[in-house]
Amino acid sequence: MSDLSSLLPILWGGFCTTLAIFGLTLLFSIPLGLLVAVLKMSKWCVVRYPVSFYISVMRGTPLLLQIVAIYFGSYYLSEYSGLGFSFDRFPAVIVAFSINYAAYFAEIFRGGIQSIPKGQYEAAYMLGMTRTQTFFRIILPQVVKRVVPASANEVITLVKDTSLAQVIAVTELFALAKKQQAAYASIYPLFVAGVFYYVANLLLSVLFAYLERKLNYYK
Amino acid sequence: MPILKVEHVKKSFGNLNVLKDISFELNAGEVLSIIGPSGSGKSTLLRCITQLETIDGGLVQVDGKDMVLPGEKGAPVKYAPAKVLREIRLSTGLVFQNFNLFPHLTVLQNLCLAPVRVLGVSREQARETGRSLLKRMGLEGKEKAYPCELSGGQQQRVSIARALAMNPKILFFDEPTSALDPELTGEVLKIIKKLAEDKMTMVIVTHEMAFARDVADKVIFMDGGYIVEQGTPDFVFNQSGNERLSQFLSRFSKN
Repeated sequence: MSDLSSLLPILWGGFCTTLAIFGLTLLFSIPLGLLVAVLKMSKWCVVRYPVSFYISVMRGTPLLLQIVAIYFGSYYLSEYSGLGFSFDRFPAVIVAFSINYAAYFAEIFRGGIQSIPKGQYEAAYMLGMTRTQTFFRIILPQVVKRVVPASANEVITLVKDTSLAQVIAVTELFALAKKQQAAYASIYPLFVAGVFYYVANLLLSVLFAYLERKLNYYK
Repeated sequence: MPILKVEHVKKSFGNLNVLKDISFELNAGEVLSIIGPSGSGKSTLLRCITQLETIDGGLVQVDGKDMVLPGEKGAPVKYAPAKVLREIRLSTGLVFQNFNLFPHLTVLQNLCLAPVRVLGVSREQARETGRSLLKRMGLEGKEKAYPCELSGGQQQRVSIARALAMNPKILFFDEPTSALDPELTGEVLKIIKKLAEDKMTMVIVTHEMAFARDVADKVIFMDGGYIVEQGTPDFVFNQSGNERLSQFLSRFSKN
């Protein structure tokens, strides 16, 4: 078991990178997803169509490919255009994850917003509330409750998807575990990494169950 | 001068003409009951006057303000500027058939939200008004309850209180008891009767004939998008010889 004492600090370092990808992706993709959801419901088709196209590309191609495209795409673009701007590895991962997850969140939020009965808008309208007040004080609080179960799915998937960052050599948990697998000539480090993912998701499941119960104060 | 004036109002959904030529007036302090078979356009009329729907022709005047005027020579109707429409909306309240309370807010929060956010009333003032309204509705002690914890009758009384909290000049009711069982209907009707005694101007679309007769100063009978008969309750219920009206009323007296 002396293996474990040297293995754990290494994997912990990778896990911190994993957590950083996870946290930053949620931080950016949830507000962006809300914005995309609202834009997709726009009455103007010049807004609606490009947004639909964006969502369909994000959901229709592998996240792996999107990470590669953002990283190398920005690199080649900067080389050939002479703009001199390209993403480093880590920011490229955050951008790719954020715009990918925003597309999924957007569809969940849109479903939530559209499930609120028309009568809620009409009641707010008759009370003289503005559209902004109606959205933020009446609609959004009710949407939150409705989208929690579906969002929990996405969040838990995201924990595991972070392992895709290794494709552009970001040293997150899975990349480091694989390196150790080669060093130890054993599958054991991968197994430990699996425990990390599992425990993280177990905690998230508990958190979401608590959140659902918390939001259950009304029906 | 009437507080509500409706002249030659027309409304259609696609090819379906729901309101064909509606005209009536209502004075401040009066109660108007609108009766008629399902699909006669009663609710649509209410939704047009409260701006939840737009009309295709005619004139609506609320509290001396022109809400919508007929267009000249076949042109579409002309609605007042947004600012005026909003003023008019703030002087009218609507009680919905299925309450439409805000489920994520407590009873008192339901009553205070709009007065605080829309009218700029102080939080304390709004709470005080809210509590006294709840007392009037016989809902003391329900301040902290959520709508889902209340019976249908209680929910409808909260929604009446919510509308009253905005201090409207006219209160509209769209079949306020249709979603309630007979036992709960009574408690809501009692509240509306009390409001009538306090000289609240009200327009009530209802299927409760006895109530319509007792509470109203004026009754309108609608059928097929027209006003077939209007007048005092005594005239509409007892004296009018109109055939469609007596057919309609006889269906109710049989039960």
